[in-house]
Amino acid sequence: MRRLLAIILVCALIAGIGVGCKAKAGVVNLGGIFPMTGASATFGTSSKQGVAMAVEEFNTAGGATVGGVATTINYINEDDAGDPAVGASAAHKLIDQDKVIGIIGAVMSKVTLAVAPIAQDAGVPEISPTSTNEAVTLVGDYIFRACFIDPFQGKVMANYAYNTLKVKTAAVLYDNGNDYPKGLAEAFKASFESLGGKIVAYEAFTDEATTIDYKAQLTTIKAAKPEFLYLPNYYGGAALQLKQAREMGLNVPAGGGDGWDSPELVTIGGAAVEGGVFSNHFSKDDKSPKVQDFVAKYTTKYGAAPDALAALAYDAAGLFLDAFKTAGSIKGSDIRDAMKNTTFSGIGGAYKFDANRNPIKAAVILQIKNGQQTFLMTVNP
Amino acid sequence: MGQFLQQLINGIQIGSIYALIALGYTMVYGIVRLINFAHADIFMFGAYMGFFLAPVMAKVFGGAFIPTIIAAMLITGLLGFIMEKLAYRPLRYKSRLSALITALGVSIFLENFCAMDFVLFGVHFVFGPTYRKFPDLIVAKNIPIPGNLGLNISNVLLLDVGVSVILMVLLFWFVNKTLIGKQMRAVAFDKPTASLMGINIDVVISTAFIVGPALAGAGGILYGTTYGMLASPFLGIWPGLKAFIAAVLGGIGNIPGAVLGAYIMGISEAFATSVNSNLGYGMAFAILIGILLIRPSGLLGKFMPEKV
Repeated sequence: MRRLLAIILVCALIAGIGVGCKAKAGVVNLGGIFPMTGASATFGTSSKQGVAMAVEEFNTAGGATVGGVATTINYINEDDAGDPAVGASAAHKLIDQDKVIGIIGAVMSKVTLAVAPIAQDAGVPEISPTSTNEAVTLVGDYIFRACFIDPFQGKVMANYAYNTLKVKTAAVLYDNGNDYPKGLAEAFKASFESLGGKIVAYEAFTDEATTIDYKAQLTTIKAAKPEFLYLPNYYGGAALQLKQAREMGLNVPAGGGDGWDSPELVTIGGAAVEGGVFSNHFSKDDKSPKVQDFVAKYTTKYGAAPDALAALAYDAAGLFLDAFKTAGSIKGSDIRDAMKNTTFSGIGGAYKFDANRNPIKAAVILQIKNGQQTFLMTVNP
Repeated sequence: MGQFLQQLINGIQIGSIYALIALGYTMVYGIVRLINFAHADIFMFGAYMGFFLAPVMAKVFGGAFIPTIIAAMLITGLLGFIMEKLAYRPLRYKSRLSALITALGVSIFLENFCAMDFVLFGVHFVFGPTYRKFPDLIVAKNIPIPGNLGLNISNVLLLDVGVSVILMVLLFWFVNKTLIGKQMRAVAFDKPTASLMGINIDVVISTAFIVGPALAGAGGILYGTTYGMLASPFLGIWPGLKAFIAAVLGGIGNIPGAVLGAYIMGISEAFATSVNSNLGYGMAFAILIGILLIRPSGLLGKFMPEKV
């Protein structure tokens, strides 16, 4: 009798665990970790709104079918305050208490790097919309991202310069004290040369924050007679470099990366930055119907136009939910496999993951025209 | 050849700005044997004064450059005077190390004080931390040089060199021909004896702390005009450091030496960067160390053994 009771209890326990895993029938939790407070709170707000919109649309469209049961998503947003430690405890909470099937987040690479090992150990897929540090997805095979990594932008600009502008020679001036410009510069050089172009000058300076005079480097560059000038630095440095280049009579087209994305580029650079082009993740002026549709819906819902963070978060959530639907399972490994093989088409272009779970997708090229950023074209890798 | 000359021109331009700062270091050192680390921040202050005053000056006088540079020089001169009165004078006969630490303290104070938000008559005077567009005091124009060397000289460069040369000539006249200038040289040579001869040391020291900072203020305006951007209240640190090294290189305490050192500094920086931009400043500093190994007291400095 006691043995029978024990067997019954064990059975009940196993069944209980099974029920626990499924949570409420027809509804599963999805977690988000974003900086809702602190210095980068606007990043968090945009990202959360992007994810929430994607979840809402997914639920309205009927959700996914898991084991024959229609299943919708309950979105739980957590604040990481831009702090890796806070992000890590948010990840524990989402995984242990809320039993989320996946995590969207975080924004900053340093927070994502703290969250990723926890998600990886628990076998919960995580996708970061905007963490560009290469190490993020190298944590493990459950970790993805929706944005391109830094070196990719160099490749995009090399393609644009060589194939669209038809230039054969280029010069690079970059900050050798910072991984971001350095990565872009190296990637630009490698891609431009492999396309058949020639880098005629590859000049560096140390620390954009303390350097103000670039005339010595620009003199060397000018003497090498490049047809294109690549300045993968932040907006302040790029504006000064262009200003001094134009003053010296170096009037070739110039380009940069998403570090140029600030109105101050024009404030400081004035006429010198006019006509400059740079790569970015997303442009609300992209004329493709998908982007315009998203911009309209987002603007109606939240009363402001979406920025790149909102767009990437929307895509990251959309990509995850699409994989969830394809997998038809709440098991982390099934969703992960579906994500690996995804061919999701988002507003940032068509997504496909490489071996390190970095997306291979298009970038947009923006141009400064009359002091405004204008959408020029989409460049596919 | 064209490139060589162009780098020389680049070096002379930046050297002119270093020279205006270096003069202040060397004058103060010559007279009170104090390395005034806050001098770099006075330069920064001058640049920001230009940023705030230029629109006002343009309205009042029509033209902006000359009134702005004069106003900035007056303000930085006053700042130097106050600084000496409050921070350095009480420590004049104390250990030289205390004065040095005070100078560092004044420097850090000025940097952080300027990061505050000041409100005057309802107008906000905020120095940083965002990039500021310096008003265009003159419209930059490129003056092509005839010939096939491909040289470029801008009117800004001519202005930089012209203004610093004018100010330096005025300074040499002031130090060599005026009575107070002669007193300054006497105090620099031998303070106790000068005092015994009836020279008012306080007046002489105050003068040095007005003239030096005024020159730095002029340097700040030239800096703003040349680069068109002010980054933060910490922008003085690097130019200040280089100007200080220039003063040491030329022989600290020696006025022509500071000018010579500043031009050598600017030119060697431009050439070192053109040879290898990754080494850049590193190479420029290596050259300076080399010069100091051969002439420890600087190019024009006198080697003075301690008298026992």
